[in-house]
Formats: sequence, C-alpha cells, structure tokens
Amino acid sequence: MLEINSLSVAYGHRLALDNVSFSVREGEVVALIGPNGAGKSTLIRAASGALPARSGSVHVEGVNLRHLSVVERARRLAVVPQARNLPPAFTVYETVLLGRTPYLGWMGQASDLDRECAWRALERTQLTALAERRVGELSGGEQQRVLMARALAQETPILLLDEPTTHLDLQHQAEVLNLARSLASHHHKAVLMALHDLNLAGLYADRVVMLVNGRTQVVGAPHEVLTEQNLTAAYRVPVHVVTHPEYGSPLVLPDGREGRQP
Amino acid sequence: MSSIKRAYFINIGVLLAALTFSVAAGPVFIPPATALRILIDGLPGIALPVNWPETFSAILFKVRLPHAALVALTGAALGGSGAAYQGIFRNPLADPYLIGVASGAGLGAVLAMAAGWPSSLLGMYAIPAAAFLGATATVLLVYWLAKVGNSLPTTTLILAGVAVSSFATSLTSLLMLRSAEELHRALGWLLGGSILGGWEPVLAVLPYIGVGLAALVVSGHVLNVLQFGEEQAEQLGLPAERVKALLILAASLTAAAAVAFSGIIGFVGLIAPHIARLLWGHDYRRLLPLSILGGCSTLLLVDLLARLLLAPQALPLGIVTALAGAPFFLWVLRRAKNQVYW
Repeated sequence: MLEINSLSVAYGHRLALDNVSFSVREGEVVALIGPNGAGKSTLIRAASGALPARSGSVHVEGVNLRHLSVVERARRLAVVPQARNLPPAFTVYETVLLGRTPYLGWMGQASDLDRECAWRALERTQLTALAERRVGELSGGEQQRVLMARALAQETPILLLDEPTTHLDLQHQAEVLNLARSLASHHHKAVLMALHDLNLAGLYADRVVMLVNGRTQVVGAPHEVLTEQNLTAAYRVPVHVVTHPEYGSPLVLPDGREGRQP
Repeated sequence: MSSIKRAYFINIGVLLAALTFSVAAGPVFIPPATALRILIDGLPGIALPVNWPETFSAILFKVRLPHAALVALTGAALGGSGAAYQGIFRNPLADPYLIGVASGAGLGAVLAMAAGWPSSLLGMYAIPAAAFLGATATVLLVYWLAKVGNSLPTTTLILAGVAVSSFATSLTSLLMLRSAEELHRALGWLLGGSILGGWEPVLAVLPYIGVGLAALVVSGHVLNVLQFGEEQAEQLGLPAERVKALLILAASLTAAAAVAFSGIIGFVGLIAPHIARLLWGHDYRRLLPLSILGGCSTLLLVDLLARLLLAPQALPLGIVTALAGAPFFLWVLRRAKNQVYW
C-alpha cells in the first residue's frame, strides 16, 4: 500500500536518507527504529510529501506521490507529527474536526457526517471528556492524542506516526499503540511509525526497519532485526536481548556493567 | 442567543451608533433623530413631512454621509487586513502599519501622483492600483527578510517592518520634496486625514475594498488550518504556499485601497482584531467579520474624536490612532510575552 523505492533525501549537501527501500502492506504495522539522527523523522516527512526526494520515489496505493495533488495525498495518507507548537487557542474538538479538511470546500463547511466522524475519532482516543478544552491547556501526551484523533478523522488508508509515544506515560503508550495495532488488524490500514522504544517496536510491529545514518540497515520481523549483534552495531553500546515471557517478542536490555566497574 | 449571534448583534449595534454620531456631529449639529428622518425621506418612494432646514439635508448627503462612508470603509479594510495578516504570519502583532504595508502603499501612490496621474477620475482609480503594487512588494520583502527557517518571530517581523517602512517613508518624502506642487496634498493625505470629500472617492475605493474583504471573509477556515504551520496544513490537504500568496494579495489589496484614499493610519488593524479575539475567540471564520465590523466602529469613533477634540480644526486620523494605538501596542507586546496564547 505504501512503497518506498530507493528513496534519497538531502538537506543541502548532506544526504539524510540514502537509497532507502521497503514497503508497508495493508493491515500491517511497520516500526522504524534507529539511533537519533538516523533519519526516522525525515523518512516520515518524505513519505508524506513534505520533503522532496532527491531521487527514488514514494508510491501510495500504486500511484507516485508526486502525481497526486495535495488534497488527494491528504485523503490517502494521514500524519501524526510530534506535538510541538500547536495553536493553543483551538479546542480539542475544533482541532480534530480540522482533520476533515481534505473533504471540505474552501469555506470549510462541515456536514453532520464530518462532525460524527470527528466525534468517533475522539471516542477512539479517549478524548471525549476533553472535547471543549483548549489544546494549550493540555499536557504533551494529551496533545499527542489530539493529533492522533485528527489523523483518524482524516479516514485515510495509510497512517504515518512520528514518535507517537514520546510524551506518553505507560498507560497512554499502550493505548495509542493498541489503537494503531487494531487500526491495522481490524480496519486494514497500513501503519508506519517511527519509534524510539525498541521494546514497544518489538511488541507491536509486524516488521521493523532499522535505519542507521540514513540507510536501511536491516528489514524484517522483530526477532530478526532486534538482535544483540544488530543493535550493538547500530547503537554502539552493548545490549542483551531476552524473550518476552508471554508473547515471545524480543526485549532489549542495555548492558549496565560498564558504569558499575570500579 | 448564542454567543456568536450576540457578538454580531453587539458589533452591529456599536457600528450603527458610531455611524449616527458621526453624521450628527460637526460644525452644524444635526440631531440624530432628525438625521434618521432625513435619511428615510431620502429613500426612493418615501416622502416624510419636511420639518428640518433645507441645509441639513444638503450637509448630510453631500458632506457627512460620504465622509462617514469613507471612514467606515477604511476602518473595515484596516481591521480585516490586520486580522488576515495576523493569521497568515501566525503573529498577533502583524498590522498593515507595523509591517510596512501602509508605507509601501503610500510610496506606490505617491509615485503614481509624481508620474502625473492625479486629478482625473481615471487617476482616482489608478492610485489604488499603484498603492496595491507598493503594498504587495513591501509585504513580500518584509516576509522574506523576517523569516527564520519556517517561522516568523515577532522580533524579526517588527524589525524588518520598521526598517522597510522607514526606507519607503524616506523615499516618499524625497519624492514629495522634488515635486513641490503636490507637496501639500500628498502630505495631508499621508498623515491620514480622510481629506477627500464627496462620493467620488467612496465609489472609487469600494470595488477594491469590497473584493479584498470578500476574499478574506470566506477564507476563515483556510486561515484556521494555516495556524498549524505550512507542513501540517499541507498534510491536511491545503496547498499552503499558494493559499498564503492568495491571502497576502487579498489583504494587501484591501490595505492598499485604504491607504490610497485615507492615508497611513496605524494600529486600527491591531486593535480591532485583538479586542475581537479577546472577547469572541480565535476562530478565523468569526474573527474576520468581527474585526471588520470592529475596525469600522473604531475608526468612526477615532474620526469623531479627531473632529471634536480641537474643533473647528480637525486632527489627522493617523495622529489620533497613533496616540491611542502605540500604548495599546506596548500592552499587547507585554501580554504576548507573558501569555501562552493570544
């Protein structure tokens, strides 16, 4: 559903993504991992069309992103950016309703259907109680969920999430990722998310893409990618990988010996 | 009554009151009730028993009404374009005066005058066009100078506005010195005097301001989406660059037309939207029409003050708005520093 083909992106002369290729299929959650500065956010932005490709292409449902208008893109692909500098004065409901923009005219006249859709998105993200609160009064985690709800209101087959769990506590991390999981499993969406937390990636993703210095180091199932060898090479720190007692997914533990040594 | 209906109700009420006072006050006082009777009598097909001096109706139709109309249109243009610039630049301190648009429009208009277009009726329509070119060039220059990465910080916006504005004003002064003949007219006009009388300037300015404001009023939703920044706006399906260019053109057309006929009047574009925002929120679909109505009322009241304060001498409007507006601007600046949202 989402195909990244030999994609390269540059900031000035610096190559931020170098010949990256992988795809996200319908009903699949793909996690994007890698050390800071590896190009995770750049990839999310390039996949959404916000950054131009130097070479290579992004295909959405078989169509090259470059051949789609801005509106057509927004109907196929919704982005949950990191919650920073949101307009503080809009209410949660108003913000989520703006997710319907790709279906509205210039004047933005929302129909009952649009309002219903926005409200459903609030329900799914447990935000109904906050609907009339101003976004500026909310915590970072709540703002992150507002952006998630806005993306849901966009009703797109593809969801791109840029570190959706950064500001969230344990409970809301689980909620957001369970939601992403169920959107893929039950609503056949294709979900691509950049994740910092390797254990969450191992637990929720069908496949993991590991980026290092803008290149795809490894692509595969969590247990294939999240190995001691791969991680130690990528993050330049010794780690241990054990198995989740219940799900069998890989759990990554940092090696704490160095600091304890006399 | 919903809060929105109440907002419109209050604004229209204030506007009507301001209009009434504006046509009543002057060297010859016309009681508001009489003025209203004369107006109704003036409507086609209605004749009321005449119990007022003939001169009253002449003063009303030939002097007071066109004056009030020009002032109201100017105020509407300043309030509307101010709100729009604030939305486009995502900065609460954007105002056609502070970001140099007014000076740029003034320079354009004076250039046109120096080239010898004035006096004819064609000239009256051509000056706003020249002002529009000047305004658009200035706003693009200021935007380009003030932009830091993807944002437009208040400091750089105001600094760039001040610099470009001073430059344009100096050029204007230089031009006026060179063409002594036009000096007096242009100077009085630049100070914002609404000195042009009669219906002609009202009719000349109406199409520009009408088109500009209409384009802005229907763009409230688009401005709301733009508040999330260009990248998110595009991800929500809005071609941000093109939309912003369109809105800048509409706002500049409106502001330039106001400058072309009423001179450089500062701070109304800051005050009216700010009060509307404080009282009725930040949704641009409401904020734009409310700022336009508020701008009308504000400038009508300022004009009233300007005519009454040192009567029979009328003060230039620009001086009165600056006297009241500069302290207001400082207050907003301090508030913007202390508060999370504006």
